[in-house]
Amino acid sequence: MTVTDLTPATPGVPDGSGTVQLVATQKRLPRWAPWAFAAGGVLVAFGILAVTGTPTIAGVLGLGAVLYALGLTITSRVVEGARWATDRLATTLVTFAFLLALIPLVSLLWIVVTRGAKLFGATFLSTDMVGVYGDMTSGGIWHAIVGTLLITGAATIISVPIGLLTAIYLVEYGRGALARWITFLVDVMTGIPSIVAGLFAFSLFTLIFGPAYRAGIMGAVALSLLMTPVVIRSVEEMLRLVPNELREASLALGVPKWLTIVKVVLRTSIAGIVTGVMLSIARVIGETAPLLLTVGLITQVNWDLFDGRMATLPVFAYRQYEQGGVGIDRAWAAALTLILIVMLLNLIARLISRLFSPKTAR
Amino acid sequence: MAVTSPPSTRAGLGSEPQVPATKGGLAGRVFAGLSTGAGILILVVLAAVAVFLVIEAWPALTASPEELQEISWFKADSLLAYVGPLVFGTLLASILALAIAVPVSVGIALFISHYAPRRLAQGLGYLIDLLAAIPSVVYGLWGALWLLPILNPFFTWLSGTLGFIPLFAGYQAPAKNIMSASIVLAVMILPIITAVSREVFLQTPVLHEEASLALGATRWEMVRMAVLPFGRSGVISASMLGLGRALGETMAVLMVISPGFLYSLFLLKPGQQQTIAANIASKFPEASGLAVSTLIATGLALFVITFVVNMIARWIIARRKEFSGAN
Repeated sequence: MTVTDLTPATPGVPDGSGTVQLVATQKRLPRWAPWAFAAGGVLVAFGILAVTGTPTIAGVLGLGAVLYALGLTITSRVVEGARWATDRLATTLVTFAFLLALIPLVSLLWIVVTRGAKLFGATFLSTDMVGVYGDMTSGGIWHAIVGTLLITGAATIISVPIGLLTAIYLVEYGRGALARWITFLVDVMTGIPSIVAGLFAFSLFTLIFGPAYRAGIMGAVALSLLMTPVVIRSVEEMLRLVPNELREASLALGVPKWLTIVKVVLRTSIAGIVTGVMLSIARVIGETAPLLLTVGLITQVNWDLFDGRMATLPVFAYRQYEQGGVGIDRAWAAALTLILIVMLLNLIARLISRLFSPKTAR
Repeated sequence: MAVTSPPSTRAGLGSEPQVPATKGGLAGRVFAGLSTGAGILILVVLAAVAVFLVIEAWPALTASPEELQEISWFKADSLLAYVGPLVFGTLLASILALAIAVPVSVGIALFISHYAPRRLAQGLGYLIDLLAAIPSVVYGLWGALWLLPILNPFFTWLSGTLGFIPLFAGYQAPAKNIMSASIVLAVMILPIITAVSREVFLQTPVLHEEASLALGATRWEMVRMAVLPFGRSGVISASMLGLGRALGETMAVLMVISPGFLYSLFLLKPGQQQTIAANIASKFPEASGLAVSTLIATGLALFVITFVVNMIARWIIARRKEFSGAN
């Protein structure tokens, strides 16, 4: 360990850190050292960028992070030894990984809210796109909201009974090879690409009704293919949380098994089940690709699930983006609406699980 | 709800009650039949997906190259020559996304499980899960309109300094290349890889961790010697699940990439690669007849690939009996 090791670190060292010693001993850096290095790193980065060009926030933070990691690791290596230096580097990298993941989250929410706010409003929510063309800034997403709610609702009506019954089978009845296979294939089914679900719904309805058939129900079938495994998994988890004593007590009183399931098991876990269903709705409501293939897009409200194309929020957002111009503003506003719906569903789900779950669960 | 008793510590989850269940007459049999039927329906539906895709793809699978070339966008010599570059593009984009996402996800999972203050950990995990709740079309908008301009100076620099390596040669603004698409994909698969890895890391036996700390290991040495070896298979299967997601993701690629149909490793050049899913989404709405069949045939290829990847992932998870909570 020579003095040359330390020199690159000095830019990161603020004036006050006189504790740096060149002799490697068991000595540890003080607790505030990382914070001092972070502040120093950002300041030095700002200085460097101010001299060489215009400092941007991203540039200062990026360069500051590199300086911080280098400065802290090298100082630590000199003061504390190689093992602690590696430890500090690992801590730095792990923390940076987390901060890195916050960049897309924060920037995405920020940009959707700021750009989406431009057109978002009562008129935008309550009008459709009939007679809107070219650069007209009027028009809205009422038809897409109706379509999204209808199609997702239909998908829910298909998925929930099947998912619920399958979960009951897996938890209460299923034994042996069949149950193992179903569990395994449900897991595999969660990984079906959404576009393949769209192709499946298209193939199914084409074979039955011919190639020209288009209706909201096609999209609902595609979505339910994606939704059912999610419902099964969450309901299954909730049913397994119900204490076995409840089942045994009910059976011992002579209640038949099916009545035990309906009156005891399901009633105990109903809050968790509703939460799981809400989360699965939130998950499929933003699916774009299967609806793009099957349901398409129109400009006015279509209330009939079984006849004709329907507009949906994700497809609307995509098509408006493709169109460019004022369409991009509409796409952002539609994206904002979509995110608000998803967040609302998530919030309601959490509230239900918090307010209504029996005190014994978890 | 009157029936609430404290949970028993010995309640074997889901184990059969010892009392032989009364059949409950007709209603009981109907109920049992219904729920068994729903379970079997799942198997039937999964088989139906494969069968219907094959039926609809059949005209394209059996058509001669001449017939196929009547489709306006079909430029290849045969169906296989058409699917080949698409499969290549799909795999390339997904593997790049995986290469970006796995180290970051493992880092996040470690941060939440072993580095963050205990009180914050759950909230931070929820924050990452939020990324999974955002619809794919919004990721597409974000990628195309926010990320691309930001990546532009970085890619210009990369192509300028490392351009002698073919991988990074030939960059043109805007950054509508496979690298950008992979970055968006990486963000989209971060939550699932993080969630599964976090679960396994949290299951590391506390005694192993305490033992290594007691022997004087630093925190990183403890993680490297106790947590990571324990969680290796979990991280591998999490990566496979992420790969399955990335393979089938449509909108992000569709909205970001400028498509091409080549076996090309130019990561920064536009118009080189395309993925199966994005290709279907871009051409399907206007297609008819044999074109539809051809696209469904490519979809069939995607289905098979993702099915195999997911099966391997689930198989790895299933081998670890004590591990639960994956999804």
